[in-house]
Amino acid sequence: MGLQRPRDRVCIRPLDVLDNFGPKGRSLTDIADRLDSESLDHVVIRFAGDSGDGMQLTGDRFTSASAMFGNDLATLPEFPAEIRAPQGTLAGVSAFQVHISENPVHTPGDIADVLVAMNPAALKSQLTRVRTAGTIILNTDAFDERNLEKCGYEVDPRTDGTLDGFTVHEVAMTTMTVGATEDLDVKKRDAERSKNFFALGLVSWMYTRPVKPTLDWIKEKFGKNEAVVAANTAAFHAGHAYGETAEIFGHRYQVSASPKESGTYTNITGNVATAWGMIAAGQLAKLPVFLGSYPITPASDILHELAKHKNFGVRTFQAEDEIAGCGAALGAAFGGHLAFTTTSGPGVALKGETIGLAMSMELPMVIIDVQRGGPSTGLPTKTEASDLMMAMYGRHGESPMPVVAASTPANCFDMAIEAVRLALKYRTPVMYLTDGYLANGAEPWKLPDVSTLPDISVSFTTEKNGVDDDGNAVFHPYARDPETLARPWAIPGAPGLEHRLGGLEKANITGNVEYDPANHALMTDLRQAKIDGIKNDIPEIEVDGTGSGDILLLGWGSTLGSITAATNQLRKQGKNVDRAHLHHIHPFPANLGDVLNSYDKILVPEMNKGQLVKLVRAEFLVDARPLSKVSGLPFTAEEIASSAIELLEANAEGAK
Amino acid sequence: MTDVFLDPTKRGHWTTDQDVRWCPGCGDYGILAAMQFLHTELAADPATEIKKEDTVFVSGIGCAARFPYYMDTYGMHTIHGRSPAIATGLAVARPDLNIWVVGGDGDMLSIGGNHLIHALRRNVNMTVLLFNNQIYGLTKGQYSPTSEVGKKTKSTPMGSIDPPFNPISLAVGARANFVARTHDLDRKHMINVFRQAQAHNGSSLVEIYQNCNVFNDGVYDGIVKRANRDEMMINLVDGKPIRFGAENDKGVVIENGSAKVVNIADVGEDALHVHDQANPDPSVSFALSQLANDVNSATPFGVFRSVEHAEYASAVSDQLVEANNQMGPGDLDALLKSGATWEVD
Repeated sequence: MGLQRPRDRVCIRPLDVLDNFGPKGRSLTDIADRLDSESLDHVVIRFAGDSGDGMQLTGDRFTSASAMFGNDLATLPEFPAEIRAPQGTLAGVSAFQVHISENPVHTPGDIADVLVAMNPAALKSQLTRVRTAGTIILNTDAFDERNLEKCGYEVDPRTDGTLDGFTVHEVAMTTMTVGATEDLDVKKRDAERSKNFFALGLVSWMYTRPVKPTLDWIKEKFGKNEAVVAANTAAFHAGHAYGETAEIFGHRYQVSASPKESGTYTNITGNVATAWGMIAAGQLAKLPVFLGSYPITPASDILHELAKHKNFGVRTFQAEDEIAGCGAALGAAFGGHLAFTTTSGPGVALKGETIGLAMSMELPMVIIDVQRGGPSTGLPTKTEASDLMMAMYGRHGESPMPVVAASTPANCFDMAIEAVRLALKYRTPVMYLTDGYLANGAEPWKLPDVSTLPDISVSFTTEKNGVDDDGNAVFHPYARDPETLARPWAIPGAPGLEHRLGGLEKANITGNVEYDPANHALMTDLRQAKIDGIKNDIPEIEVDGTGSGDILLLGWGSTLGSITAATNQLRKQGKNVDRAHLHHIHPFPANLGDVLNSYDKILVPEMNKGQLVKLVRAEFLVDARPLSKVSGLPFTAEEIASSAIELLEANAEGAK
Repeated sequence: MTDVFLDPTKRGHWTTDQDVRWCPGCGDYGILAAMQFLHTELAADPATEIKKEDTVFVSGIGCAARFPYYMDTYGMHTIHGRSPAIATGLAVARPDLNIWVVGGDGDMLSIGGNHLIHALRRNVNMTVLLFNNQIYGLTKGQYSPTSEVGKKTKSTPMGSIDPPFNPISLAVGARANFVARTHDLDRKHMINVFRQAQAHNGSSLVEIYQNCNVFNDGVYDGIVKRANRDEMMINLVDGKPIRFGAENDKGVVIENGSAKVVNIADVGEDALHVHDQANPDPSVSFALSQLANDVNSATPFGVFRSVEHAEYASAVSDQLVEANNQMGPGDLDALLKSGATWEVD
């Protein structure tokens, strides 16, 4: 459902009433009734403005307030790759979409109910992202001739019918922000910069968000600069008060708290969840964490987050390049540390040779690829999941390695730990995939009880494990565990276990350089068998549905939300749809073949040109069909649902 | 097992059971022997008492890079050019280890040039041995980034065009704090230089003039052959005026920032530059390094600079301690609750 046209009713309440507003305060229904607000089950709001307008910050704050209020939510930040594209242009528009709901949320919303546009460029570039009859709130101060011209509007869109059918609120945000800060010791120019807080105050009022967390946050964030705290606070209050008093906003909306499992929650982005997962993995493995990394969008935030937590014994090393980041991690792994390297697609390309060496040396490490649009520099700030084939096969020689992928921002925490578990247990580099959408998107996360997290520790080898031809006790670095086929991990400092590892082919057992053809074939097979065996050590894939649906939607990575939402839509339409999602891509779960073979129709939505679908077709000889999207944006539920219907209907024509 | 393998003061203790596979007559044999003998001395020295389990040799790709297979210590034979980066990670993770990095001129200065300069500027505790034979050996004889202009090789039949690196100048330019040169024919000199490099707390670079008797035989004969040494080798001795020559009649002065070979008779003894390896000013080291831009010039050997400077890995460890002091030991539960949290009943 969407928003209704606001009615001409005004309700004025003092701000302090709102301060205790939230699930822990008084009854929501009670307050909602008294505030005369209309109840919505969900709303999608899109904030858009110039890169310098602080839209990401605004969206982020609105999200946090909503999360603390108890809504379920999902976010989609979208910003240009340039730090400051020319002001007022289409290229410089930065947007943040948030979907809040009293029900479980799977996507940031296919289309926005409300657009807040801070300038004409934001309006022009985002108008197609607003639903028919949606609400648009404009900062009219920015609609001068120059700004209109900059984004190619020949006529003011407010006057030529462009906005017909929308509910448009024209608000002089800049003027009112400057007015609200008049008595403060703030320069006009600086005051104008607080206009995003005016917008935040207004939207917070419209959607009955709690006020206090935002005011506290302003104090904390800008505490060092009293003038900025005062200006932002004044702007926020002004926006809020404007909503209350201006007759154009006759009405406010209430999106109730989402019923959730009891527990402690926090709002988390994928990159922070990944970083915390790395720290947790170090604790659970009882190993010091080492990250070798080189700055790259959208992965850098993992390095930043980890660098804040050196009190966990975490060493972060910003290397001279991607190759060195990976190389340093490998050196640390040889030294007995829990080694990571974080990057995005272009960095994985550079690290390929070192990952191959890690495979050959059979040392544990985790390569984290926060995928972005490619090829080449591609779309650094936009999402795509097109590195799957590179993760699988992007190394020379026969070089199999495990590939795992996270499905939601919070799931990044679990998958980071899972990647480490596999790396340590099987002494192998592991590729862990997330993407830009997960990295920057946020969702409420029920915090795990840390005492229930798995013990993933392994032991270093400290004793000789073989005998040489003369019967002397020796250390054999390539004598494998018969069950896992993992080789012993002996680290410098262990007397008597001195050994040399290298990229040259090694003799089975002894690890000495060996060019014998039969040995190379054997070692190649052993390396493959070790990775293949992991399928018995990972969870089976679960099917959401009856197990006998007319179609299976098979996904991996960040498409989980869109596919789940599409599945729900289709079921509401009476379709018999099942859904399954892969977190382990190499090897596949042991039951995947059986699952796929029980469906006539399989649709694989992917943010690439069909990479997983090729893998499953090749491995299981099933007629899985691709649904591809490479626009730098996640799937909408609608796109998946309509494609599924098309495939279902094709069935009737006997297309299979 | 015989005693020789158990006694760390014997060469056999430091020698693996693997056959050495360099070409007969390769300069690498002499370097390997010097390294093994150095370790017998370090093991015997109560000040170091070095143990093989605490020693790691890391190499890239090339003839020189086979070195770790022949030292009975921990070792990593890695990929082309990357050994300084891989060793950096190991050194940061394990500051307790003695780490040696071995590579040739192609490995260190061509494909791995970037890693080398960054390892040197960071001052990570490792000793880099640059086996410079001015040729690619393992790929069978292409010119290298230290080959002289006009070098005729398989890949440059009409002669190479690009000017070479001077590895000592490059290292000084990268702000390396320990820089030295030695050559493969003088075991005693090598051991002496290696020992000082190993003792230096931080990144050390030792350039070793090494003969490739198959693809670039005798490239340094004009300097290091016994008959030429007196006139062509300038020995750098800390605290002493720089002088050399069969008659000890030549010396080095520094004028307007440049080093110059002079006849002592012309300038007087007092004009000679007194070598001070602890001088932090890299411009003096650079000037001395510029005395040898080709194999026909009198060439300085020994330690160009040995300057104390904060070591990287220990600084990393210090930050961990400081973070621990400031924030207390890491608490996972507290970390997960460090953002805004709320309760659902």
